[in-house]
Amino acid sequence: MLFTAFVALAGCRQDMHDQPRFKPFARSDFYTDLRSARPPVEGTVARGQLREDSYLYTGKLGNDPGDYLPFPVTEELLARGQQRYDIYCAPCHSRVGDGNGVIVARGFPRKPPSYHIERLRQAPLGYFFDVITNGYGSMTDYATQIAPRDRWAIVAYIRALQLSQAATSADVPAGQKVPSDPPQFEELGSGATPPVVETKPARHSAQEEPK
Amino acid sequence: MQIFHRSTNTLSRATIYGAIFVVAALFWAAAEIQRSPYVTYAGVRRPQPVPFSHQHHVAGLGIDCRYCHTSVETSSFAGIPPTKTCMNCHAQIWTNAALLEPVRESYKSGKSLVWTRVNDLPDFAYFNHSIHINKGVGCNTCHGPVDRMPLMYNQASLQMEWCLECHRAPEKHLRPRDQVFNMRYEEPSESKPVEVDGKPYTDQVSLGTDLVKKYKLRTVTDITSCSTCHR
Repeated sequence: MLFTAFVALAGCRQDMHDQPRFKPFARSDFYTDLRSARPPVEGTVARGQLREDSYLYTGKLGNDPGDYLPFPVTEELLARGQQRYDIYCAPCHSRVGDGNGVIVARGFPRKPPSYHIERLRQAPLGYFFDVITNGYGSMTDYATQIAPRDRWAIVAYIRALQLSQAATSADVPAGQKVPSDPPQFEELGSGATPPVVETKPARHSAQEEPK
Repeated sequence: MQIFHRSTNTLSRATIYGAIFVVAALFWAAAEIQRSPYVTYAGVRRPQPVPFSHQHHVAGLGIDCRYCHTSVETSSFAGIPPTKTCMNCHAQIWTNAALLEPVRESYKSGKSLVWTRVNDLPDFAYFNHSIHINKGVGCNTCHGPVDRMPLMYNQASLQMEWCLECHRAPEKHLRPRDQVFNMRYEEPSESKPVEVDGKPYTDQVSLGTDLVKKYKLRTVTDITSCSTCHR
């Protein structure tokens, strides 16, 4: 019986299990760089990837950054921008964009600037797109990690963050009330630092209570 | 002359019936070995060029899965980050760490780091990450608590019976799409309901059944047919 079992098992092979094909990013001994994934021949344009609209892919008009989005801003786009921002940007720039992200706190020699400084509040939208695409200073480019449309969504969200951090109660549409008082920070947009503790009684007591 | 002792009669009967048990035991042992980590590598930490800790990067720093595995939502392959992704941060921090020498070397020379594939399906099985992500299968449903893995290992056996366990009853495993990448997601319970479209759910099956409809999953017959995975 053992002999039969041995003969039967000798027929077992892993040929179907390990087929002579490459899985994504598998090692190949055929090419000198050992990569089975080959870069396309230079100048290749894949179907649907012809970059006709240069503004969509560079954020620039001529040499200067433009100040509009190449497609309409919708609520979905901002939500997408927020999601992508939180994935790719927040580790360093923090969720409120003050440059106090968790990675920075682990010992970056220089922290990224806050989005809420005057220079960046005045910067055109295309500037942010260009920085995501090509990097800036010690920030590397995110062109391979974030698709162009998502980069624009992030740009829109950054602008929304900037507006939100400098918003006043006058920006709230009539008939709506702010659910709670925003916390007070020592420096504008410093969500990563603890808010200043209010020692006075409720701040809005002096104002009229909305009924 | 009597060669065999009287007890041999009993012994011979016992052996004939006992053979059934012996054969059954052999089959059982074979099945157990086939399902064991000896074959599936489940729970085995395999050697890697850099002892990358998912626990540190995910739970410790709060980096989203997609920061590195960029193509998981749109492609069959989740994507192994290029060395440049490591250097996005490690050009700034831990720049002299000896553990990261292979990473810096790879970045300088342009040679890929040769990682060992951990979740390796057999080549006759077709698998697509994006469809699972978009239908509400959480990362840790299949990959286990990656945010608690200092060294990577595959949690599941990745065998067909394991795939079918979910394909036969997807409602037992689905979660809302916005919770797919949440490594600490908890199934709905009486004390912690999960809300979808304003409706709170307190048990997994009723949530899952509604998500099956909402995300337009194919029927169980479709997703358990041979050619779904063996193309």
